[in-house]
Amino acid sequence: MTDDTKSTSAAPRTLDANAVRRDAEGTHADQSRFRRFLMDHRPAIGSLLVFVLMLAIFAIGNPMVFTQWSIYRAVLIGLPVVLFVVVPLVYVVTVGEIDLSFPATIGMSGWAFALVVQAGYDPFLGLIAAIATGLFLGFCVGWLVVYANLSSLIATLGMNFMLRGLIQIRTEGRSIALVELPKSWAYKIFAGDFMGMPLQVVWVLLFVVVCSLIYNRHRFGVRVHIVGDNPDAAQQMGIDIRKVRLQTFVFVGLGAALAGVFAVFINYTWWPTSGESFLLPGLASVFVGGTAPWGGIGTVIGSAIGAFTVSFIQTGVVGVGLSGFYVQFFYGLIIILSLLGHRWNQVRYR
Amino acid sequence: MSDRIIELKNIKKSYGQVYALGGVDLHVDQGEVVGLVGDNGAGKSTLIKILAGAVAPTTGEILVRGKPVTGWNAEKSRAAGIETVFQDRALAVQQTITWNIFMGREIVGPLGFLRVRKQREEASRLMREIGFTSKVFGPNSIVGQLSGGERQGVAIARAIYNQADLIILDEPTTALSLTETAKVFHFVEQARAAGRSILFIGHNIHHVYDISDRFVVLDRGRLAAQITKAELGSAEALIKFMEELAHPAEIEAALHSGARA
Repeated sequence: MTDDTKSTSAAPRTLDANAVRRDAEGTHADQSRFRRFLMDHRPAIGSLLVFVLMLAIFAIGNPMVFTQWSIYRAVLIGLPVVLFVVVPLVYVVTVGEIDLSFPATIGMSGWAFALVVQAGYDPFLGLIAAIATGLFLGFCVGWLVVYANLSSLIATLGMNFMLRGLIQIRTEGRSIALVELPKSWAYKIFAGDFMGMPLQVVWVLLFVVVCSLIYNRHRFGVRVHIVGDNPDAAQQMGIDIRKVRLQTFVFVGLGAALAGVFAVFINYTWWPTSGESFLLPGLASVFVGGTAPWGGIGTVIGSAIGAFTVSFIQTGVVGVGLSGFYVQFFYGLIIILSLLGHRWNQVRYR
Repeated sequence: MSDRIIELKNIKKSYGQVYALGGVDLHVDQGEVVGLVGDNGAGKSTLIKILAGAVAPTTGEILVRGKPVTGWNAEKSRAAGIETVFQDRALAVQQTITWNIFMGREIVGPLGFLRVRKQREEASRLMREIGFTSKVFGPNSIVGQLSGGERQGVAIARAIYNQADLIILDEPTTALSLTETAKVFHFVEQARAAGRSILFIGHNIHHVYDISDRFVVLDRGRLAAQITKAELGSAEALIKFMEELAHPAEIEAALHSGARA
């Protein structure tokens, strides 16, 4: 066998193609179940690693603070609001579009909720009003992009300014305080406290799980992937690609409405700036979590973890003993590092 | 008497003053592979588009299983069981084989959730039907990891799932390697064995000759010949015929004598 190279010139060798093929196939075929799981969920596992790594660095920096539950609780109270929009944003990015109008939709829907509650109606009614507002605004934004054929980047940015402007014109900067809100049933169900756990966390986890299932196992989720991947193919096979695109924008409207309502539940107050601060962290979470910027693939769970990471940066930086001036730097650092990590993680097939 | 899936009679298609097709007859029977050949501009793509219902013929008659159809369009073409596989354009390459096969026609249970297991089993069955089996790839493999020939296999499997009786393959072997081409041939043969018909369009006459039972040669919008493999005898005969269509014999002779002199 070792003389293979010598014998080539002497006698004609027989080429055993089957042996070569068996050999090559064997290396692929022996993937264990565990390995396959890792490969299938690479982006989500990657963003979990980023989070764990970041937490470890914080914990080493200041073990006293990061071994206490209270610091995590502080993050958990605010996290649900941003998660409600991050998850639908994964859908929009997967379908190949972007939505920058969600902060204003959060503001508008929260406003609708606050006005209904202020007028003396039950918060449940306010919730319905907020959802209706969110769905309607999502439809308008989606219509502009899908049927009026505007670039989603510019059109949604424009809508964000316009809607926020409307809020400011109408309220002249005045907020709405709802001091009676914590006494309501709705508050106890949606934002109460259950054994030290803020209830909004339970609701948002439910939301994330259901949305993840829809993303991966529902006809709508499948079509979101396919339209983002190859719209021509989708259309050829009879999928109404405009409808699918429009639906993702309406879905963001729904998420923004829930975010708006939960923001009011947490603060008992609606501000005209409500939602504004979520624009960049919300978008960053989607990509930090491992959803591909080019459309067609993404992960709801990964992006939810991404939202957790991004929300934790501020608390973490301050908790570790650095001044608030460091926060922005660390935002940027984590975003860049995550993207570099996913770059190696995500393969773009053409 | 074999079952005639579709028959086109005296199809004409003009774009303004220009005739793309000037009266073409074509029929495809159950379980046969028809090779459609012709030079560029012969009217092959126009004919395919008419079959797919994407383009309406100016005049002419279309019969599906012997019955004349009026108002022919894409919907009626699909209802007649005709599926066109355009090369490399109709797949979502970042998704799994299963998702591609069921694109637009997902098997869903209550509330629109996928019946994941049923889809996987059905995908495996379809892949087996055309002999598209491998230890390396399964129904959950990403299409982007497949080679060109295997991607054609996915497209063929999808066409079969969509109840296609006639699968139109538009240049499926262009830009494919030797082994990849063999794979596509294998899929085509398996599909025929399962009773499907194939209309195979290609520029490589050797490929078309090897796989087809019958040949339709188009030339400048007209039917130049309809001939079976037995009548033709060899690929060279077909190539010679097509060369003579392109250059009449005397010009050809002049060219050759010129080269010798």
